[in-house]
Order: sequence, then C-alpha cells, then structure tokens
Amino acid sequence: MKLLGFIIVCLTGTFLLYGTSDLPDWGDPNSPASLHLSNHYIEKAVAETEVPNLVTAVLADYRGFDTMFETAVVFTAGLACFLLLRDFKPKEDRYYRHVPTGVVLHFKDKARQLRVGTEFEAVDKDWVPSDMVIKTVCRILIPFIQIYALYVVAHGDFSPGGGFQGGVIFGSSFILLAISYNLKTLMKRVSEKFLGIFSAVGVLIYVGIGAIAMVMGGNFLDYSTLAPLLPVNPGHIRALGMLGVEIGVGIAVMAVMAIIYINIVSQGRHDEGL
Amino acid sequence: MLWPIDLIVLTFVIVTAVAAISVRDLLGTAILFSVYSFMMCLLWAVMGAVDVAFTEASVGAGVSTVFFVAAVFSTSRRTKD
Repeated sequence: MKLLGFIIVCLTGTFLLYGTSDLPDWGDPNSPASLHLSNHYIEKAVAETEVPNLVTAVLADYRGFDTMFETAVVFTAGLACFLLLRDFKPKEDRYYRHVPTGVVLHFKDKARQLRVGTEFEAVDKDWVPSDMVIKTVCRILIPFIQIYALYVVAHGDFSPGGGFQGGVIFGSSFILLAISYNLKTLMKRVSEKFLGIFSAVGVLIYVGIGAIAMVMGGNFLDYSTLAPLLPVNPGHIRALGMLGVEIGVGIAVMAVMAIIYINIVSQGRHDEGL
Repeated sequence: MLWPIDLIVLTFVIVTAVAAISVRDLLGTAILFSVYSFMMCLLWAVMGAVDVAFTEASVGAGVSTVFFVAAVFSTSRRTKD
C-alpha cells in the first residue's frame, strides 16, 4: 500500500512538473496574464483609486466581490469550529488556589464552588506556577503588538498589509495573552459573546458598505457613489471605501482567530488550556 | 536576482517539507511546518510579492503553528503509522 502511494505521488509530481513547462516564464511580458488586465491596473489604478499600493487596490476595489467571499469563508471556518467543538457541559472537577498560602483545593462535587476573588483564584488541573519573566514581558509586549496590528490595517493602502494580516496579528495578541497567563484570563477580557458578535459584525461591515453603495445608485461595492455621504475630496473616496472594507475584514479575522484557538485548545469547554 | 539566497532558501524549503512529513513526533512536525512557511515567506519576499510574504509570515509561520501545537496538546503527540 505504501509502495502504491509512493508511485502515485511520483507519477503526479512528474505530470505536474511536465505541465509547468507549458507555463509562461516568470515575468514574461508576452504572457496572456500581463497583456490585458495587468496593464490597466498598473497604469490606471493610482489615478482611479488614489491608492499607492496596487495590491490593495486590486484586492479591495477591482476584485472586491472576491475578497468579500474570502471574508465569508473565514467567518464560516470560525462558525464550523464553534459548531464542531463547543461543549457546554462544564467540568465536574474544579481546582482553586488559596492565594496567601498557595494551598490548592480540589472540588469533585459540582454543586460546591468558591467565589473567585482576592482570596481564592481558579486554576487549571495541570497548573504550573506562572513565570514572572514571561508574564511581565508579554504584558509589556501585547499593547505594542495590538498597536502594530492597527497600523497594518490602517496603512494597508500605502504599504504591504491590510485587513487579513492586521486581523491575524491582533488575534495572535489574544493568543499570546492566553499562553502567557492562562485561558481564563483571556476569557475574562474577551468573552465568547464578544468574539461571536464581532466575527459577524466584520462581515456585516463589508457587505454593508457594498449595500450602501447600491442604495446610493451605483453597483454593489462601487465606492465612488459614497462621495455625497462623506465630506472629503471625491477623488479620494475609493481609498476611504477600501479602508472601511479592510477594517471589516480585520475585525472578522481577529475574532475568528481567537474563536478557533480557544475552541481547539480547551476542547470546546472554554475553561482551561495551553 | 539574488541567486545564492534563492538557492539556499529553496534547498531549505525542500528539506523541511520532506522532514515535516517523515518525522514521527507531531510537535516536531508543527515546528518544521512553521520553518517551511517562513522559508516560503522569504521566497515570496525575494520575488517581490511583499503582501503575500506578509500573509505567509503572519498566518503560515505564526498563527497556524499555534493551532497545530494546540491540536497536538489536545490529542496525542505520536503518530499511529
């Protein structure tokens, strides 16, 4: 069986390599891809959209419909993770630590529980003493990561970056908080409800901007029709529309990354994990 | 074109790709996959596709590695085959 698999892989690889010999060379000016649309994008995009970064102009404006469904795919991934993994039954065993003495209490009865506050704190089963160095470094680092994520989203028009990258970086700052402290610390700050609502709100912002453009009398996602709504130079309106769309993508991706991480690491129970 | 960088990075891509599917330890596979993604990110950057390189670095080398490690943490570390 293993030999058969190896032969199939080798055959497929050979055919694929054989197929690439028909592809145009890298950067070939006469290839079909660079004869028609590319020229229009490269020559006219800056004049039409006032966005210096061509990639953003193509992704968020010329091919905005495509990016909208990519965002919907990300949202669906988060939804699928939630539906497959979420487990609403709480664990029977609970562990609490008495903060002044460091004694850990183990409760096997579901009905009995302590109030978590300054005296007692809830801890994981595989609780390890949290390291002072890691906690301090992450506490200092996380705000800078989040500021950088906002910069990547806001500056997507001018430099590499955009909603997807910025959203992923913002989501990874949540993951860093969960890893350096514990999952309960993260869940206290960003609740499941918050993440669920924001993953939907991101997609809604994207579709909403497209729908507003339609209400204003243009095509779906045609940002130039938004000009009467905002007090800006009409030539700059497409860049602003793209920024709004990127913010929507960023919010959706940020929430979905956190949802996927929390559900995978705690096996859907949202109580303890990595 | 910087061909020595290209050659070194391409070698690393192939080595890590083969290593990632042949190593038995799943945690090691996750880390090797992260290295693979980072090398792909360098390749994109050398080819001038900085947006794609950015995405590869943040999604491929960053978050997806964390997801793999979380999945290994919740299941088992050794493969069956």
